[in-house]
Amino acid sequence: MRPDLTKPDAGDPLRQLDAKDIVRTPKPRQWIGTVIALLLVSMFVHMLVTNANLQWNVVGQYLFSHEILSGVALTLELTLLAMLAGLAIGIIVAVMRLSGNVLLQRISLAWIWFFRGVPPLVQLIFWYNLASLVQSVSVGVPYGPTFIHWQTNSMITPFTAALLGLAFTESAYAAEMIRAGIQAVNKGQVEAAHSLGMTGAQAMRRIVLPQALRIVIPPIGNDTISMLKFTSLVSVLALPDLLYSAQEIYARTYQTIPLLLVATIWYLVLTTILTVIEYVIEKRLRRGHSRPRAGLPTMPGSRWRLIPGWQGPTPKALS
Amino acid sequence: MTNGPLVIVDRVQKSFHHVPVLKGLSFEVSVGEVCCIIGPSGSGKTTMLRCINRLEKIDGGMIYVSGCPVGVTVHGGKLREMRPKDLADQRRDIGMVFQSFNLFAHKTVLANIIEAPVIVKKVPRKTAAQEAHALLARVGLADKADAYPDQLSGGQQQRVAIARSLAMSPKLMLFDEPTSALDPELVGEVLAVMKDLANDGMTMIVVTHEMGFAKEVADKVIFMDDGDIVESGSPAEVLGSPRQPRTQSFLARVS
Repeated sequence: MRPDLTKPDAGDPLRQLDAKDIVRTPKPRQWIGTVIALLLVSMFVHMLVTNANLQWNVVGQYLFSHEILSGVALTLELTLLAMLAGLAIGIIVAVMRLSGNVLLQRISLAWIWFFRGVPPLVQLIFWYNLASLVQSVSVGVPYGPTFIHWQTNSMITPFTAALLGLAFTESAYAAEMIRAGIQAVNKGQVEAAHSLGMTGAQAMRRIVLPQALRIVIPPIGNDTISMLKFTSLVSVLALPDLLYSAQEIYARTYQTIPLLLVATIWYLVLTTILTVIEYVIEKRLRRGHSRPRAGLPTMPGSRWRLIPGWQGPTPKALS
Repeated sequence: MTNGPLVIVDRVQKSFHHVPVLKGLSFEVSVGEVCCIIGPSGSGKTTMLRCINRLEKIDGGMIYVSGCPVGVTVHGGKLREMRPKDLADQRRDIGMVFQSFNLFAHKTVLANIIEAPVIVKKVPRKTAAQEAHALLARVGLADKADAYPDQLSGGQQQRVAIARSLAMSPKLMLFDEPTSALDPELVGEVLAVMKDLANDGMTMIVVTHEMGFAKEVADKVIFMDDGDIVESGSPAEVLGSPRQPRTQSFLARVS
């Protein structure tokens, strides 16, 4: 029995209300917003479907063509190699930065300053033209005899130039991330390792780096997705990556928009796949750090912007 | 000769940023002896302990473990800092248990225990694992080998940390306030393991606030205040009938 509170004789309202009886408050402004948003979305979809200039049949024709697929392969290859090289150099630069040696610290600071400061596009072109600066590269005793000798012109192909530019840029960012990761590992972990008779290098390799890398997996995943997109810069070196392959086709056929759509679709597919891979790796690596013991694994919401609304694989599927 | 001095602390001085924290103190710990260091916060007792395995460098005096100076070599009449590799070798024989456990967070209990034997002593993984299981049984955690540290209670983590140190078969064990980070009901299980260790003849230096443990287990109690030793002797002397007024007032406050 609920009292009618509008009547003066309703009696004492205390201890008679129940939160279960709360009804939804009407929100007219939210409704208006929803209607406008739906309208805009439907207009956009309508345009996608009806605009003849998009030429969806051409998109379908080229989406799995040999040229495009080999472009996808090159884009993936460049992404993978540049990330691996960038991370490897980044770890070295980060360790140098944290070493007690002032000269090593300065070198690593200069490296980060330079490669974070020069745009990757400028670097690609610069590396490609390295031969005009240095004619040959050789391995040997400094200022002494040399053992191996290369002509820069034959060594620097568009592919190596692209790889150097992308990997060096990544190494600067990776170094800063990894440094932060290393510093985030509790100092007690190193002390425990030392007290067990481990050397500094053993402690770094076995105890600190594994934990630091775990901490920086999310930013590394983020960087991998950025890298995938940055590889499109290599089209300036006429490397047949995804974008350049699409450009080559529309240079012949003048079907610019549909081929850009082909490239767009592939980039989105690849970044989506990378996002899922990153999520799975992160879950695996979370061992020992707030593993899901009771309850659900936590899902950092901001990380899922690529797939709005999707909450990632269900917790059950992962455990 | 079971009763020679295993640890000699001789006129040790240490400053942090020109503030002296150890003011030239000396003591000895014999083989098989349990030495408890007590004293108020900031008295330098933790720093003293950390100097013994050179987690902190000392500025004056010298510390000897098993007759060797810690962290320095004497060569041609010159005193030099040890090479990192030699210092690591020296630390193998000195186990340490930390207030905050410091288990390797990314490794299971078993992996924590076999890490140093496998990596440092090159013991075969299988042998190390067998020994680890025996040590886990000894600290009462035989069923936790595959757990990760964050799945254990503080008391369990600290017992794993003790097992991890014991896996290196140290000659000396250092305990830095091993029960200070524990909930009161978990203190007993860690102290029981330590008592067991003491009864087995392990040489131990224990910085602690557990007066009951010191009274019952220690052979020698050192009371430190303001970077120096105020009073030392048997538990009955230092804890039972302290002579120094500073010791008396400290004990009156903690008990």
